[in-house]
Amino acid sequence: MELKGLTIARVRGALESGETTAAALAGQVLAYAQQENRRNNAFLVFSPERAMAQAQRIDEMVKRRQPLPPLAGVPLAVKDVIVTRGLRTTCASRILANYVPPYDATAVRRLEEAGAVIVGKTNCDEFAMGSSSENSAYAPVRNPRDLERVPGGSSGGSAAAVAADMCVVALGSDTGGSIRQPASFCGVVGLMGTYGRVSRYGLVAFASSLDHIGPFGKTVRDAAALLEVMAGRDPSDSTSAAVPVPPYLAELDRPEARDLRGFRVGVPREYFAAGLDPEVGDRVHSSIERLRGLGADIRDIRLPHTDYAIACYYIICMAEASSNLARYDGVRYGVRSPRCRNLSLVECYRATRGEGFGPEVKRRIMLGTYVLSAGYYDAYYRKAQKVRALVARDFSEAFRDVDVIVTPVAPTPAFRLGEKTEDPLRMYLSDIYTITASLAGIPGISVPCGANGAGLPIGMQILARHFNEPAMLRAAQAFELSGAQ
Amino acid sequence: MKITEKDVRYVADLAHLELSAEEIARFVPQLDEILGYMDKLNELDTTQVEPMAQVVYEQDELETLRADQDRPGFSQETALANAPDSGAGHFKVPRVIER
Repeated sequence: MELKGLTIARVRGALESGETTAAALAGQVLAYAQQENRRNNAFLVFSPERAMAQAQRIDEMVKRRQPLPPLAGVPLAVKDVIVTRGLRTTCASRILANYVPPYDATAVRRLEEAGAVIVGKTNCDEFAMGSSSENSAYAPVRNPRDLERVPGGSSGGSAAAVAADMCVVALGSDTGGSIRQPASFCGVVGLMGTYGRVSRYGLVAFASSLDHIGPFGKTVRDAAALLEVMAGRDPSDSTSAAVPVPPYLAELDRPEARDLRGFRVGVPREYFAAGLDPEVGDRVHSSIERLRGLGADIRDIRLPHTDYAIACYYIICMAEASSNLARYDGVRYGVRSPRCRNLSLVECYRATRGEGFGPEVKRRIMLGTYVLSAGYYDAYYRKAQKVRALVARDFSEAFRDVDVIVTPVAPTPAFRLGEKTEDPLRMYLSDIYTITASLAGIPGISVPCGANGAGLPIGMQILARHFNEPAMLRAAQAFELSGAQ
Repeated sequence: MKITEKDVRYVADLAHLELSAEEIARFVPQLDEILGYMDKLNELDTTQVEPMAQVVYEQDELETLRADQDRPGFSQETALANAPDSGAGHFKVPRVIER
């Protein structure tokens, strides 16, 4: 069947009508993805055996006319920082080159129980640290819309795989924009729920107070479908929220969800200041006019601490990373340095870590260790935690007057490979519009809102208050459908 | 310049990270520039602000705790399956005690 633009609803229709089988579709997707992967490196490993076993289970259900689960037969790609039992999970790092997890992430388990067919693990920045997917220890991912450009990061492989129809939906992880920014660069939908909405159990930890698992799809509805399956309390993650999960899809299907009458949309002045590419600014502004056309009440709002968010975010995420990555010592899992034979234990740790981590991971471990070290803890780490409270307060105050907030996702469209690799600070600065929501723990979605003159996709970000994913999804889908008419 | 080569060596030692001479030379100006940028936070007076260590929202406190019951864990064989070196049911590491 036609893979281009293939959605969950279309897969289901094809299974129910007998147009295809889950096994035939999985085989077709795997063959196509393996061929495309030579061009864009979106995948690190394919999982034909696991995919076929799952597809056969689904086909058996079809044959017996059993009710099909919501994601029956849907080809899914999983970012390689999310563990999959028996399927190699490397975090795009040399240090985990041979790691075969003994368990599944809760999100993965829930999606497979809902019928999804995992076709493989996607490439990304090493340990999800980066904004371009060039920090993979294996190969840089290339943007399917322009192979000389990056797909964004860190979940660049997942975004590229969805954009290039190498799967129908994908999982990514978002710590400071790692789902939303690549979604924007590749022209697909990417969603980060409220912190704690989706269990982090089985997501290899980078910065635990900021990490999220979230979906990519070709439509808002497909992203919402994955969120609905994954969301909810998980006893294995003490930070997963015991807040009831609303029926996101049913809410999107309500007739009144098609327009935005009575909806208050905030536009923060600080997100349209210097540094924003004019074409990106134009597309987002005209998209805001489209929201107004749907009946939304557009309001000017202020988020005064925006300018401090990058410094705040990077201190916190690096501090947490340096602590989380201390576990990679070449003892319980991962690759141990061959030099360890002649070294003491501590020298063995040092050699293993020195050989196993790439430059960006080392840089973050160094900076994180520095800001937590004696004499600097208060000046950097504790200061950043206080500024984080101010950034979060900006949002709580803004959401008293508005239902959602609309901003650009990134200051520019996809940049060229190699353009920022020599200048880490410049790379960090490109995360400005996504990290504020991460610090506050509120949900955000990136929806395509046009392209620049060169045809590169541009995304619009929609944010909502904690657990108000329904409002965020409604605005995103109403916008998406208004463009299709 | 605020960050020196000595600082980089000291922090690498704390982090158990072996760095080559070239890596150290590259990190000195990079860490200096990045930490210099982070000093921007000092423009804000935060004396009256409580630090935020976790995302907080309305939730019953006990909800994050599960019942204290034993559950099956990994077998010894499974737990050791990814170890670079193991034997007799243990992880093996280079010798830490002098004979």
